[in-house]
Amino acid sequence: MAGVAVAGCAPSTSTEGSGKDEKTGTVRVWLFKEVGNAPKQRVVDGVVERFEKKHEGVTVDVRYIPIDSRAERIKGAFNDRGSAPDVIEYGNTDTAGYVADGGLADVSEEFESWSAADDIDATAKKSVTYDGKTYGAPLFVGVRALYYRTDVFEELGLKPPKTLDRLTETARQIRKERPKLYGLAVGGAYTYGAMPFVWAKGGDLADERGGEYAAALDSPEAKKGIKAYTDLLDDSNCPPERCSQWGGNETVEAFAGGRAGMAIAGDFNRQAMEDGEVKGDYGVVPLPGEKSGEIAPAFAGGNNVGVLKSSSHRTLAVELMKELAGKRAQAELFDAMGFLPTFTDTRREVAEREPFVKPFVETLDAGTEFVPVSPAWGEIDASLVLPGMFQEIAGGKKDVDAAAEDATEKMDKVFAE
Amino acid sequence: MSLLAAPPGNGAGGGGRTRRRARPASLQGHRWTPWLYLAPALLVLAGLLAYPIYQLGLLSLLEYTQAQVSGGEPASFQGLGNYAELFSDPQFWDVLLATVVFAAACVFGTMAVGCALAVLLTRIRAVPRLLLMLAAMGAWATPAMTGSTVWVFLFDPDFGPVNRVLGLGDHSWTYGRMSAFALVLMEVVWCSFPLVMTTVYAGIRAIPAEVLEAAELDGASLWRTWRSVLAPMLRPILVVVVIQSIIWDFKIFTQIYVMTGGGGDAGQNLVLNVYAYQKAFSSSQYSLGSAIGVVMLLILLAVVLVYLRLLRRGGEEL
Repeated sequence: MAGVAVAGCAPSTSTEGSGKDEKTGTVRVWLFKEVGNAPKQRVVDGVVERFEKKHEGVTVDVRYIPIDSRAERIKGAFNDRGSAPDVIEYGNTDTAGYVADGGLADVSEEFESWSAADDIDATAKKSVTYDGKTYGAPLFVGVRALYYRTDVFEELGLKPPKTLDRLTETARQIRKERPKLYGLAVGGAYTYGAMPFVWAKGGDLADERGGEYAAALDSPEAKKGIKAYTDLLDDSNCPPERCSQWGGNETVEAFAGGRAGMAIAGDFNRQAMEDGEVKGDYGVVPLPGEKSGEIAPAFAGGNNVGVLKSSSHRTLAVELMKELAGKRAQAELFDAMGFLPTFTDTRREVAEREPFVKPFVETLDAGTEFVPVSPAWGEIDASLVLPGMFQEIAGGKKDVDAAAEDATEKMDKVFAE
Repeated sequence: MSLLAAPPGNGAGGGGRTRRRARPASLQGHRWTPWLYLAPALLVLAGLLAYPIYQLGLLSLLEYTQAQVSGGEPASFQGLGNYAELFSDPQFWDVLLATVVFAAACVFGTMAVGCALAVLLTRIRAVPRLLLMLAAMGAWATPAMTGSTVWVFLFDPDFGPVNRVLGLGDHSWTYGRMSAFALVLMEVVWCSFPLVMTTVYAGIRAIPAEVLEAAELDGASLWRTWRSVLAPMLRPILVVVVIQSIIWDFKIFTQIYVMTGGGGDAGQNLVLNVYAYQKAFSSSQYSLGSAIGVVMLLILLAVVLVYLRLLRRGGEEL
């Protein structure tokens, strides 16, 4: 029961930070266990070795936690501070939620005085910021682009589409001429594959006014984007019976397994493609925007590294955070895992070495979008508001207007809490 | 232990009927004795049942999300706020209705299949009986998780043998609401009929052979024998398995969660337990999840009360 205050008969609530700042001892770190984690581990081991050499009497204990159960593990760490780590890796859409939970420490001061921080790109910075304060350092950025089958395109005499409308036409043409293939693999539960359509049409998930969010899916622009995406969830491209329940992973699997002409997938999905049947037969271009030459704004996913409020080694933990998410480690992590650096200069350097990432870097440079930085987002995401909306439209249960208005209402209810 | 060595006649050997008579004065001092015997069980029950239910009820009256658990915000008393939120949510009523109808269908299916196979067991030779028993035990022993995964695979549009045998192409069984519920229903019946079958079979074996022979001599059909002889004699057993099935099927989680991918397309296959999980754990609204838990508890409590009444009317001592 250590560290848990029980007030009367009320359910338990964790106490605030430890108040200690020890300069020796063990700094505990939780990082995500990626598929094929060994190269990441080698990079981290190098960082740890350098860190331990620099700080005498300090050992770093790194644990790799499974990504599937990360939410439970991290919630558990917030609840039981006695066994919590000092430093964690976390998904960048979770920042606001974890701050509201009282889990992450405010590292604004250290971040300001960190000279390398100036080179971090703006969206990545936004992803560690909540309410004007900084709660970690961006570790890598993940962004999606359009994968397409070079062999299929060649046989059918197609070119990678330059606009979203052309994308739809191309997808339908592929399905028509190759009925065994989905034109563009899309999924009703693939929020981050669908949102670029909304952003490209000028819509957004929510509008921010003075730190308060109001859902905006019912704007005419957003509805156009929703329509453009759900139009793809039909028999002429990806039949709803099959695709309605798909999330990102299923669309990647469909493409990697040679069952789709195109897919919206991330730089981080490269290994899946290389392991799949499409190896050697695919190319990547930025997802086109509304007009020719435009790039649809992508969702800037990725992970951050943060320090827990409960840490009893705050100074050391922040130092380690800066090392783990530093330029050297990010460049090494790119070589090892292909994770795109969040420092613009480091990213440019690695892009020159590795032509594969070019379309992704172009997408990032064209400007990316992010989910509402609000604790409400976690709940909206978990309540499957957006997948529900896409699925209702694809299944013909509601039209775009009704479904978008419903989703807006649901989101506003959560924002208002 | 000395309590167990109470002299005979202290009620222990008296049987149910005698206890209703006025007690001899000498026994008045021992009215706490039953409670002493019950104490260990009651203590365990209080710890494992009453306390969690108390916490559940308490949570349902608070604003208690992840922020409160990890100390970001203080927990605040909401009164019946969570219940008001729940009852004003049209999705809740939709899910509740779906749960009741689905559970009813599952109970009906399980009872029908279980009873039919129990009667069949009494009519077939030893080897087929053994095979049927083995098949049933296999289904019974399969963990719900495994069973659900295997069923989903059997009906998979791409790789499933069912579509191939029936020539259905890439028809998806989980896309339509009714078809997805029907698929889960089949799995639930498959994994829960063995209990009904074995219990009812044991009950039938306990019925004196003369009674069945008499029915046979009178020329009663199989259905008639069941309707007029077996079912009435098995009534207490049937009531128990029906209530058990109701409780199980009302609380169904694994099958729906696994087979429909967490509640189906746009949440069309949600049942209360999965809905509560979604609220409580996926979106960390522990208090709202607790409120759903309390509502489920009350509904099931009502079912159990009906069960107890039925038993009493059946003339059984409680």
